[in-house]
Amino acid sequence: MNAALPLGTTATEPDLLMRAENVKVHFPIKRGVLKRTVGHVRAVDGISLDIRHGETLSIVGESGCGKTTLGQALVRVLEPTEGRILFAREGEAECDIAHLGETQLRPYRSQIRMIFQDPFASLNPRRRVIDIIGESLRNFGVTEEREVEAKVAELLHKVGLRPEYMERYPYAFSGGERQRIGIARALAVHPRLVVADECVSALDVSIQAQTLNLMQDLQEEFALTYVFISHDLGVVEYISDRVAVMYAGRVVELSDTEPLFARPRHPYTAALLASVPRPDPKGARQRKQMRLKGEVADPAHRPAGCAFHPRCPFATDRCRIDDPQLRPVDGHMVACHYAESLDLKGVHADAA
Amino acid sequence: MTTLEEANSAGTADTLPPVGLASQRQLVWRKFTEHRLAVVSGIVIALIYLVGIFCEFVAPRGPDYYDSAYTMLAPQSLKFWRAGEDGGLAFGMHVNGFSSERDPNTLRRVFTLDEDVVVPVSLFVKGESYRLWGLIPSDIHLIGPIDPSQPFYLLGSDRLGRDVLSRVVYGTRISTSIGLVGVAVSLVLGVILGGISGYFGGWIDNFIQRVIEFIMSVPTIPLWMGLAAAIPVTWSPVLVYLIITLIISLIGWTSLAREVRGRFMSWRNEPFVIAARLDGTSQMTIIGRHLVPGFVSHIIASVTLAIPAMIIAETSLSFLGIGLRPPAVSWGVLLQEAQNIRSLAEAPWLLAPGVLVIITVLALNFLGDGLRDAADPYT
Repeated sequence: MNAALPLGTTATEPDLLMRAENVKVHFPIKRGVLKRTVGHVRAVDGISLDIRHGETLSIVGESGCGKTTLGQALVRVLEPTEGRILFAREGEAECDIAHLGETQLRPYRSQIRMIFQDPFASLNPRRRVIDIIGESLRNFGVTEEREVEAKVAELLHKVGLRPEYMERYPYAFSGGERQRIGIARALAVHPRLVVADECVSALDVSIQAQTLNLMQDLQEEFALTYVFISHDLGVVEYISDRVAVMYAGRVVELSDTEPLFARPRHPYTAALLASVPRPDPKGARQRKQMRLKGEVADPAHRPAGCAFHPRCPFATDRCRIDDPQLRPVDGHMVACHYAESLDLKGVHADAA
Repeated sequence: MTTLEEANSAGTADTLPPVGLASQRQLVWRKFTEHRLAVVSGIVIALIYLVGIFCEFVAPRGPDYYDSAYTMLAPQSLKFWRAGEDGGLAFGMHVNGFSSERDPNTLRRVFTLDEDVVVPVSLFVKGESYRLWGLIPSDIHLIGPIDPSQPFYLLGSDRLGRDVLSRVVYGTRISTSIGLVGVAVSLVLGVILGGISGYFGGWIDNFIQRVIEFIMSVPTIPLWMGLAAAIPVTWSPVLVYLIITLIISLIGWTSLAREVRGRFMSWRNEPFVIAARLDGTSQMTIIGRHLVPGFVSHIIASVTLAIPAMIIAETSLSFLGIGLRPPAVSWGVLLQEAQNIRSLAEAPWLLAPGVLVIITVLALNFLGDGLRDAADPYT
């Protein structure tokens, strides 16, 4: 395969776990009796990301920005229209998994796992907990029933559920408990990468915190790498090492968590940060000017130039014509022409 | 002592209450039994099918038995007490016999119920000999007159002096089984074609759906009439029966196929199916272990709701004279007898098979409703 790729170029490269190169996921829009393709929804439109070993990379953005689609492409539920996804199994060379078929993908299924958003829809109501968690174990070589049982019991214990619960059906559990089952399922076969798609947004706030702490503990214990997809910036700030901000199918800003929250470089990031509710009404009034107007860009009709320009308070004529590329600014990666000159406020700005 | 121990063990924190251990099947059953009307209907349906299965035993007479002396008789009522020898009441099942007179004006023989003539009746009585399912020879009937030559017409007789009750019982076998066989054929067609349609999608889905739309758009009665008219008169009743079943199920599979297709389509992208894919489960296992068990209960429910349509289709075809033909006995064939105003006015008991059709169809509908509600115990 594509094993001979030049990957070792910078100092961080040995940490590299997964690299997405120019990944695009386009869905055709079909119309009429003949089902002719009249256009494409560019849900993910050319994203390049490096995912480092042991980190938590968050992907944030509004609904419809393509973050879930990107996550599904990374775990290969969807096949990307274009681009490469390089991933190395333990002790093996990198391989482009972007266009592998279902049977070729099978060995990677145990390495890249997913935690789902909806704890209710993602557990088959007709199967017992032991069957749900044990499914991947059975598929990946654990044949003895007693061994499966022991493993499931251990996993349940790890996620804070009683091992005796394994005979129960999902309806007997609350949302938080179900999400723990989902986490146990994802971790059953010792994955290296776990994509968590909005995995706490369906939970109560107190349960969210529990679940996040559990995920962090498990990350340490199993040396996991998380791709954490969320729209909740509070959660993201708490859990992530790095944050990628997505808008209309592209990454507009990618940076370590602290600098991004302290001093965003992209106006869209600043607008997202301003939307985080703060308990100080004075500050809230000050931030009003950053509130976003208009709708999120339609991925089927991407605006010309910078996709964010119709909503950006700083947009100029250049933004309407020239599409900014992701470039390094001050340790951030930003796709904005005026990243250097704009003075944007982070979340802690009004405290100062 | 044991109760005390039980109470203690229940109180300790280490024992788990038996929560969430009920399987899908148990949940469905629990929810079904809450639906009283459906349970009663289920019992009614079970009785009707039992009658159909053992019709030779249940019917007091054969379907073709006739006694020209007793034509167009009103139903006799079954009585349990009669005057004993000592003048008091003694237990003894019987019906009253008839005495005949000639009408002096019309010279017709007129039968009048005669309270003094007693026809003793018994359960498990020896009567006409028959072969159960054409195999097991016997002559025991569930109920009948102790002397087989005496009149016994609990539902009256028709214009040839045949016992309506016996014929209705025999008709039950054909009418109810035609529903089952028809549904079985449409189930096979519907699940296979609907499954292909829903799982693969694309042009094949398009093609199957257009075919279904075409079949559904053809008016059913003329279609049935055309097909049934093509059956040669010389064919044996058994063959006609099979062909009629096929014709009926030719229409019936379409709605079932749509149901199955819809299930496949909506569940193909459910998160738990994606999760199974990510667990490394193969496509066929996903279909067999994750998709199909989920809608078996739905299919059972829709099949139950499809049977009445089949029964009504057979009845109406036979009633119109283009379904089963007289040597065969079905509810529709029997209702043909009640086609004219004379029988309605003089012998309303000939409508008994119609009443049975109504009861069966209603009970099946209630049962199907109950099953459908129970099929998804989580909502």
